[in-house]
Amino acid sequence: MAAYIARRLLWVVFLLFTITCITFVIFSVLPSGDPAVARAGRSPSPQLVEVIRVQLGLDKSKPEQFINYIGDILPFVGGNGIYLGFSYQNNTDVLPEILERLPVTIFLATGAVILWLSIGIPLGVLSAVKTGSALDRIAMGIALLFISAPVYFFGLVALYLFDDQIGIWPILPGNSAYGEADSLLGKAEALIMPWCVLAAAFAAIYARFLRGNLIDTLQEDYIRTARAKGLSERRVIFRHGVRAAITPIVTLLGLDIGILLGGAILTETVFNIPGIGRYAFNAITVSDLPVIQGTVLFGAFFIVMMSLIVDILYAFIDPRVRY
Amino acid sequence: MGAPLLEVENLKVHFETEDGLVKAVDGISYTVDRGQTLGIVGESGSGKSVSSLTVMGLTRSRNARISGTVRFNGKDLLGASEEDMRSIRGNDIAMIFQDPLSSLHPFYKVGAQIAEGVRAHRDVSKAQAWDRAVEMLSLVGIPEPRKRADAYPHEFSGGMRQRAMIAMALANDPKLLIADEPTTALDVTVQAQILELIERLQSEFDTAVVVITHDLGVVAEMADEISVMYAGRIVEKADTDTIFAAPEHPYTWGLLSSIPRLDASRDEELVPIPGRPPSLINLPGGCSFHPRCPYVREAHKKVDPKLEPVAGNPGHQSACLLDSSVRRKLWSELRTGVKPDEARADVMAAEEKAV
Ligand SMILES: Nc1ncnc2c1ncn2[C@@H]1O[C@H](COP(=O)(O)OP(=O)(O)OP(=O)(O)O)[C@@H](O)[C@H]1O
Ligand code: SF4
Ligand SMILES: [Mg+2]
Repeated sequence: MAAYIARRLLWVVFLLFTITCITFVIFSVLPSGDPAVARAGRSPSPQLVEVIRVQLGLDKSKPEQFINYIGDILPFVGGNGIYLGFSYQNNTDVLPEILERLPVTIFLATGAVILWLSIGIPLGVLSAVKTGSALDRIAMGIALLFISAPVYFFGLVALYLFDDQIGIWPILPGNSAYGEADSLLGKAEALIMPWCVLAAAFAAIYARFLRGNLIDTLQEDYIRTARAKGLSERRVIFRHGVRAAITPIVTLLGLDIGILLGGAILTETVFNIPGIGRYAFNAITVSDLPVIQGTVLFGAFFIVMMSLIVDILYAFIDPRVRY
Repeated sequence: MGAPLLEVENLKVHFETEDGLVKAVDGISYTVDRGQTLGIVGESGSGKSVSSLTVMGLTRSRNARISGTVRFNGKDLLGASEEDMRSIRGNDIAMIFQDPLSSLHPFYKVGAQIAEGVRAHRDVSKAQAWDRAVEMLSLVGIPEPRKRADAYPHEFSGGMRQRAMIAMALANDPKLLIADEPTTALDVTVQAQILELIERLQSEFDTAVVVITHDLGVVAEMADEISVMYAGRIVEKADTDTIFAAPEHPYTWGLLSSIPRLDASRDEELVPIPGRPPSLINLPGGCSFHPRCPYVREAHKKVDPKLEPVAGNPGHQSACLLDSSVRRKLWSELRTGVKPDEARADVMAAEEKAV
């Protein structure tokens, strides 16, 4: 097990390095705006731009720039901790800005995860056990709707219906409410709509996924054995069926959490929630390359870490997995 | 002796499908006495599994139409409530299956799976149930049972898994064990061991056993009686000695010539029955074996033979329209190694001229 984790960690390092290379190529090698010009402010003199180029190390060759870039990111190299670059638009370092927004994004993601699991799992099990029933058909129909419609569409519809300023039934705090709320409870209230909107598609995906899995699992020979032992149908379905059918959901969940921790761009933007996602979105609209680059790396880090955690967890959930 | 332990009477299991009505089991009757062993033999798709799962109340497809009677210890099972059936399954009637790997849950320890079955029927503590599991594992010949109880099914070999299945099935000391192809998925060397084990435990526990197989060789040693199934029906039944010494159905002859015989010379060919089992939706008219039968006559394509006692041996029944004397002549030629076509020519030519 320890050897496996060590191997996986090496792999994680390799993946992160590769992703770093790719972001470097995308943002520093492929033609884009000149960072020195962005830094220099409005109508700069060519001399000033040149000074800044030297300051930023842009006069160096690309390989040298890359080594500097890596040195900036690595915590114990170059004496600057983890440094994800500097936003010229905001005149701030990128990493502190991201970390400041991380709790908001975590809050949003956690609530949504709890919500979609507690809806998606029971619904999936029920639909599988009652395949073909009215409940199954209605649930799966709605699920399909939630999966097909884009999140921002649902977000806008939700605001249109329930926003306490502009909604038809003004019952929930809506756009921008998160930033304005000052208590934790107020912030939670502000997240009710975003949680629901974000969770809807995921709940639908999880319900359908679990339903399909469980239907297949219930055909397995070991389910027949469980029944032949004289177990109650409840026990057959939950202890034997769901236990096996739900396992692959761990993989799905790990990746989804990883992705969300990198910022729920659409949801955060529609509801104007000051998380990493909106930070990235704003950076995209004004071509703030260091921020885009920083948030991409940060998001990639979570995805890679979550997939590591999932693989390790799997060893505990599925005894057939051995390292 | 009283009523038999298990009485199956005119059991039919039909499945409504888009293509038509699948008559998987079409009116079979048999009885099993306490401590007795019945072999049910037939090719793939003849309805062996469906009929025994139905006895257990495990034919759950919504499209299944079940009729007839199944009585266990005098109690009607087909009409029993789900709760009653649950208390019988794994307790009075236990079952083991063909593929022990897929039949054990991959996520639970073998000991836990056995203990779970014990606790489903006995009011015992977890520790007691676990002890019972270990005891059973030792009884089926698994070395270091306490340690193996703590292992997962994938850590067992095929034969050991089937032993574990048997341990699970017998943990509650059932009166009847249904073994559906218990050795088909196993290595040849392991097959004999598993059969021996079943036989030994059967006499130890005084359990009645129904062994389902497509291989007459499997039941030759252990069965007291054999029922031969073809296309959802029983076409011949008799005690085991009679089935091997004096079978009276062409399908049984086919099955017999497709098993390796110890007394046969090495180069004697194993002859599989030519042709394929019929569609259960559109059964051939008349005798359903007729498209594959070397001895078919015109009339056999129209008249459906009933399972009837053979002259001189009321315990022996066969569903073939040939006259018993003709069948005996045919068999006496076949058993000496004569090919079916020649036997037909020898025995039936004269009669056919007359027809
Ligand atoms: N739910 C179902 N719906 C339709 N047909 C079914 C269903 N279950 C079983 N059958 C059909 O019933 C027939 C008998 O199946 P069964 O499993 O009893 O055969 P078997 O004699 O056990 O064969 P094998 O040696 O392959 O196990 C098969 O043709 C099968 O396709
Ligand atoms: S009735 Fe005719 S076709 Fe059927 S098994 Fe007997 S001889 Fe063959
Ligand atoms: Mg079968």
